[in-house]
Amino acid sequence: MSDVAPVIAVEGLTKSFAGKVVVNNLSLRVEPGEIYGFLGPNGSGKTTFIRMLCGLLRPDSGSGVCLGHDLLTESDQIKPQIGYMAQRFSLYEDLSVRENLDFMAQIYGVKDRRQAVDATIERMALTPFTHQLAGTLSGGWKQRLALSACLLHQPKLLLLDEPTAGVDPKARRDFWDDVYRLAAEGISALISTHYMDEAERCHRLAYLAYGDLLVSGTAEEIVADAGLTTWSVTGQRTHELAVQLDRLPGVEQVVPFGNTLHVSGHDAQQLAASLRPFQEKNDYRWEQTATNLEEVFISLMQGREA
Amino acid sequence: MKSKLFHTFSFRRFWAMVGKEFVQMRRDRVTFAMMIGIPIMQLVLFGFAINGDPRQLPTAVLSADHGVYARSIVAAMQNSDYFRLVQPVASEAEAARLIELGEVQFVLSIPEQFSRRLLRGEHPALLLTADATDPAATSNALAAFKIVAEAALARDLDGPLRHMRRGKAPVEVIVHPRFNPEAITQYNIVPGLMGVVLTMTLVIITALAITRERERGTMENLLSTPVRPLEVMVGKIIPYIVVGYLQMGFILIAAHFLFHVPLVGSVLLLLAVSLLFIAANLSVGITFSTLARNQLQAMQMAFFFFLPSILLSGFMFPFRGMPVWAQRIGEVLPLTHYLRVVRGILLKGNGLGEIGPELWPMALFLLVVLSIGLKRFRRTLD
Repeated sequence: MSDVAPVIAVEGLTKSFAGKVVVNNLSLRVEPGEIYGFLGPNGSGKTTFIRMLCGLLRPDSGSGVCLGHDLLTESDQIKPQIGYMAQRFSLYEDLSVRENLDFMAQIYGVKDRRQAVDATIERMALTPFTHQLAGTLSGGWKQRLALSACLLHQPKLLLLDEPTAGVDPKARRDFWDDVYRLAAEGISALISTHYMDEAERCHRLAYLAYGDLLVSGTAEEIVADAGLTTWSVTGQRTHELAVQLDRLPGVEQVVPFGNTLHVSGHDAQQLAASLRPFQEKNDYRWEQTATNLEEVFISLMQGREA
Repeated sequence: MKSKLFHTFSFRRFWAMVGKEFVQMRRDRVTFAMMIGIPIMQLVLFGFAINGDPRQLPTAVLSADHGVYARSIVAAMQNSDYFRLVQPVASEAEAARLIELGEVQFVLSIPEQFSRRLLRGEHPALLLTADATDPAATSNALAAFKIVAEAALARDLDGPLRHMRRGKAPVEVIVHPRFNPEAITQYNIVPGLMGVVLTMTLVIITALAITRERERGTMENLLSTPVRPLEVMVGKIIPYIVVGYLQMGFILIAAHFLFHVPLVGSVLLLLAVSLLFIAANLSVGITFSTLARNQLQAMQMAFFFFLPSILLSGFMFPFRGMPVWAQRIGEVLPLTHYLRVVRGILLKGNGLGEIGPELWPMALFLLVVLSIGLKRFRRTLD
């Protein structure tokens, strides 16, 4: 761990709704300038955790510091320094792009408001839409506008809740370029996502399931720690093969990628033994391959459900 | 064409739609409550509470004569069911005050030596003063009074006095409808509209405006910024108060120039007192917005409040025509009191002293409803 004060440091954060634990004893650190990925199945507590960080929800127990302020008592000091982007578009659809940004700048008390809004519109390439109503923008541009609104007051931390859900690949790429640029400027970001390619772009990751933090670390660390062995098999009629492989001892997952299957399991020897009879037939091309994040996360989920 | 349409109509698909519709109907509790509640409410209100021919109107008697004929006229009035004698009054000033306060609808003045002059055939005058701000409340009773008085005397004037029943009526009945002598309905309705329009704008629009912010998810965004809940609330409400005052101004101008409603009292006092009424309605709107999950529900709740407000407040139907239980409910509603204030100030020239008794029920309503609303409006989303 570094000597610099962390942007987020929470300890044992817990939140329940109507007796159901949604975030359970969560501890986590985010360092300055870090892009921290937050993954987990739907309903795993990601949104609840982010909402606790930006003061929308009060934790039941636990403690934490965000940007040097106490999470439970100083949310008024935290709020001006964070930019929160909710899962759903939450700016005013009946205001124009400019009016929305101007409103948010006023709320945050941005100095030289007109200039700041102009600069943001320019920088985020929103100029052609300046006077268009936000509700008439496409999904990708709405998301860009929402991100712009988070940046007006020059926050030190971005909390982005599934910012790229339902956005096309080009817009996602542009979005991540922005996030990297901001990180280079020293702005940290906590981003929740379901996309594995995005997860791999994060400096560090945390994986949540049903309120519990299952793993955290860099993508490489997480894959290495999972201890999974994966074989890839390519050939014709892999769907019939998949059914056969799935029943074998040692095989925990069989994932199709077009004409290729990924077969993984924790016990490398047993897996190899189970696969050997199939490998001896010559109709498929077999090779051992790197386990990817998705396989690790599916495996973590299966472990939880078992 | 027709047969083709019939062939492509699938009863299976049709039933699927019907079934789904009933399931959704049951899920949406507020709509369900509305479907059951509104008919019941209307049935009760129109069936039992509302009465276009109000009876038992409070009447004071200022009698300077205690002779037999005066007594029999008073007794006949009481028996007629239109009038309910509340108290004898001693002076004309007291009688005038009771009417201005709206405590009585009528004052019957019996002149000195009424009975004696009657017997002398001098056709003495009976004066019935009415608070005629609402012509609907008084017209039937006024029409009945003449018949009641003459019938009462006819009974007394028998035997040797029988001859007096012929020719000109033995007494002259003078009716003095105050505040609205020509019985123009608009004089009553137009100032009343002010209260109705404010209720509609402020309750419905406030409830919708705040609920919309939550329904569209923009509230979540707002709450993550440094903005305070009080700033959100007040900031959202002030524009509608301004709109409310603009509406009032518009109605006042229309009342004066278009309907020629006499504006007797102080408009400034009216504008000042209206703030309390506006606040009471806003508190209802805010409270609904904390209960409603979407704009449709907010609208439905507002309707639940609006309907009794219109029907039980005395806006559309005479308040005194309603049974006691309906009057009690009416007394809770801010509109009831505001209507008395508006009509009192504009038509009767009431000052703060006269309308005072109408202010505290509004203030109490505001206090109770606002505390419910604020308790429910929490800063965080949980």
